[in-house]
Amino acid sequence: MTLLAGAPSSWWMPANGAAHGAAFDHEMVLSLVIVGVLMIIAKAILVASALSPARERAAERPVNFFGLGTLIVLTVVFAWLLIRAERMRAQQRFTGADPTAMQVEVVGEQFVWYFRYPGPDATFGTTRPELVDAAAGNPLGLDRRDSRAADDRVTSELVLPVDREVDVRLRSLDVIHGFFIPGMRVKQNALPGSTLHIHFTPDLIGEYPIVCSQVCGLGHYRMQAQLRVVNEADFEHWLTGRAK
Amino acid sequence: MKDEAAFAPAAARRSGWSPFSRDHRDVAISYLLLSLVAVAVGTLLSVVMRLHLAWPDVKLPFWGVIKPEDYLALVTMHGTMMIFFVLTTAPQNGFGNLVLPAQVGAREMAFPAINLASFWTTFAAFTVLISAFFVRGGAPISGWTSYPPFSAIASTGPGQGLGMDLWLASIALFCIGSSMAAVNMLTTVVRRRCAGMTMGRMPLTVWAWFVSALSTLLAFSVLFAALVMLFCDRHCGTSFFVPASEIVNGQLLARRGDGSPLLWLHLFWFFGHPEVYIAILPGMGLASMLVMNFTRRRLPSYRGMIATTILIGLLGFMVWGHHMFVSGMNPYASTAFALTTMAIALPSSATVLAWLGTLARGGLRRNGGDIPAAMLFTLGFISFFVSGGLTGPVLAQPNLDAYLHNTFFVVAHFHLIMGMAAVFGLFAATHYWFPFFNGRLMNERLGRWHFWLTLVSAYLAFFPMHFAGMAGEPRHFSQLTGSLGTFAHLIPLHRWISAWAFVLAAAQMLFLTNVFHSLKQGSPAGSNPWAATTLEWLPPALGEIPAVHCSPDEYGVRHAGRDFKGQWEPPPEQE
Repeated sequence: MTLLAGAPSSWWMPANGAAHGAAFDHEMVLSLVIVGVLMIIAKAILVASALSPARERAAERPVNFFGLGTLIVLTVVFAWLLIRAERMRAQQRFTGADPTAMQVEVVGEQFVWYFRYPGPDATFGTTRPELVDAAAGNPLGLDRRDSRAADDRVTSELVLPVDREVDVRLRSLDVIHGFFIPGMRVKQNALPGSTLHIHFTPDLIGEYPIVCSQVCGLGHYRMQAQLRVVNEADFEHWLTGRAK
Repeated sequence: MKDEAAFAPAAARRSGWSPFSRDHRDVAISYLLLSLVAVAVGTLLSVVMRLHLAWPDVKLPFWGVIKPEDYLALVTMHGTMMIFFVLTTAPQNGFGNLVLPAQVGAREMAFPAINLASFWTTFAAFTVLISAFFVRGGAPISGWTSYPPFSAIASTGPGQGLGMDLWLASIALFCIGSSMAAVNMLTTVVRRRCAGMTMGRMPLTVWAWFVSALSTLLAFSVLFAALVMLFCDRHCGTSFFVPASEIVNGQLLARRGDGSPLLWLHLFWFFGHPEVYIAILPGMGLASMLVMNFTRRRLPSYRGMIATTILIGLLGFMVWGHHMFVSGMNPYASTAFALTTMAIALPSSATVLAWLGTLARGGLRRNGGDIPAAMLFTLGFISFFVSGGLTGPVLAQPNLDAYLHNTFFVVAHFHLIMGMAAVFGLFAATHYWFPFFNGRLMNERLGRWHFWLTLVSAYLAFFPMHFAGMAGEPRHFSQLTGSLGTFAHLIPLHRWISAWAFVLAAAQMLFLTNVFHSLKQGSPAGSNPWAATTLEWLPPALGEIPAVHCSPDEYGVRHAGRDFKGQWEPPPEQE
């Protein structure tokens, strides 16, 4: 295995290559540090209590209701995390991609990912399930009679230009798959019968593994592909090369 | 033996066990034995899984190299076995049946015949599940959550034919058995309490079983409906969960209807999340009672503890969407489910704070310098509850969860809280109630060894899974090496995890040895060995079911030369 820029190589999140990833990583670390500290405090109290000898009971003050002060502090901490989380969710998912974003379709099928680019007309051609025939080179069932389908390109590798937002339309032909790019901090299930959208902006040139995160059959573990983030010129070159 | 019998709790005098008796104690032991078999099978499956994941080329005797579909069948059956037949069955129907009637002052469950029938229905469910291993195609491979269309269409993989049908039949039977048991338990609590046993005076264990039984009734009825619908999708041409066109193995499967797999996810998790609390609430109730018993102190507020139990049960029904942040559910819905999920952290935190606050005053009762094993396992329960629970507020955040969803981080989370915490609750219950059903104490020395080995190996096995999840490793990957070795660098981590998982599994031989050795050789317990307040320790001399005079948290009081007051004891002025 070659070492890839965006490939997981440690026991931690792989290097982030997406514009929204910095805020995400910050939130992740913040949350983990907070719960980690709480965990250590709780364990320390537990161990200290188990070891401490009996105190004179007569001197005891009555225990207050659940350590009410501590509970209030915890409530504030959890509420603060929640508000931050909801804001981040709203920023990243409540609105769709910019209308000028690049369009790519991702289709999952046991056990491959297909990627479709709409071509110069910027419009995806019609697909029909009865036309699906991978052996004949038409894995997505493109309707060749539809003129808009003529320039559609179907690939087995996802190549994206750096610093340009991409609007992924996600479909599945058979069962539920999970479209997961750890390096892009992106995960969305591909749901048969529906077309779902997810958008992100790659901002670091490199190669990032794409894996399936929802068990989908015996080949689930090998349902992997590669995202290659390249500069604009390389992308155009690649895409026109594809078109030949 | 004869002498000891005179001192043994009244209910323990009758010896022997019959799987066909309607006596609640016999039914309880049947349930516990069934869980013991299930946990043994489930553990064995996980050992094979761990072996394969860390050393993928190892050939097993009589099996050879484990194929991807074998691995997924192991995962599916391990999860199903543990969640249904261990974590749902043992705390609720095993220990619930054993102790609940005595704790509310009833001689028997409300419907003894239904009780026996619910055990045998559960047993049938178990048999049907096991049989899935031996049919053509083998056991199902779609995980314990069985998401359609994978679970709805037989051609999606081996095991998804007859194996999947058997899985559906098994879980449907399990739903029926659990619902019958829950009705029985609810009726017993509502109708069969002895005089003076007001709801407010019920032990927290009884409250936990009561809330769990309510949740069982609501959650399993929804699961049952979902199972029937999935069966119809498979065999009757309906399309509840399957869209109009499906292309499987290049074959177009056109259907008349146009359903959505999302409906299954909603129904399944509406059951699935309360299920987590069904598994853990009895352990929480027991931890509360044992913290009071072994510190000889009251918890800060008894009514507050009852309230948190009810709140957890109630909120448990409002958080199912946090399993669906990446499912394609409307993104706005995640706002609501993040809120409810964060909210459930509060009653849970209040409970933990009550335990810690009480424990922090020190002076845990010791037995010749050592903390008794029942209390050690309670401390272990609290420890795992905290460790597994605190990643909850991380997973409640939709964006963070989107990254962690279906990775090993979640595997770590639920093995700590739902697996280990609940299992430590069961160990605590076994040590604590062993004298109740047997008149003998379990061996403390073996208990301590078992505790420490289990605690250490469980942490060393499950905690590092968080890191595999942070690296992005999805669940259900049967192989990490090879041409697509995206996660091959995690193999050393997985070897470590597997090694400690084997230690964890092996350590359980100490528990089995202790149980079976103590059945005949345990030291006689005498009556009320833990100096407890609840009715199952009623002195046998009193014979009849008495009236209840106080709440079960009367610890640290001076009464009749002791530091507690049993619920059966009348107030001093009347003595």
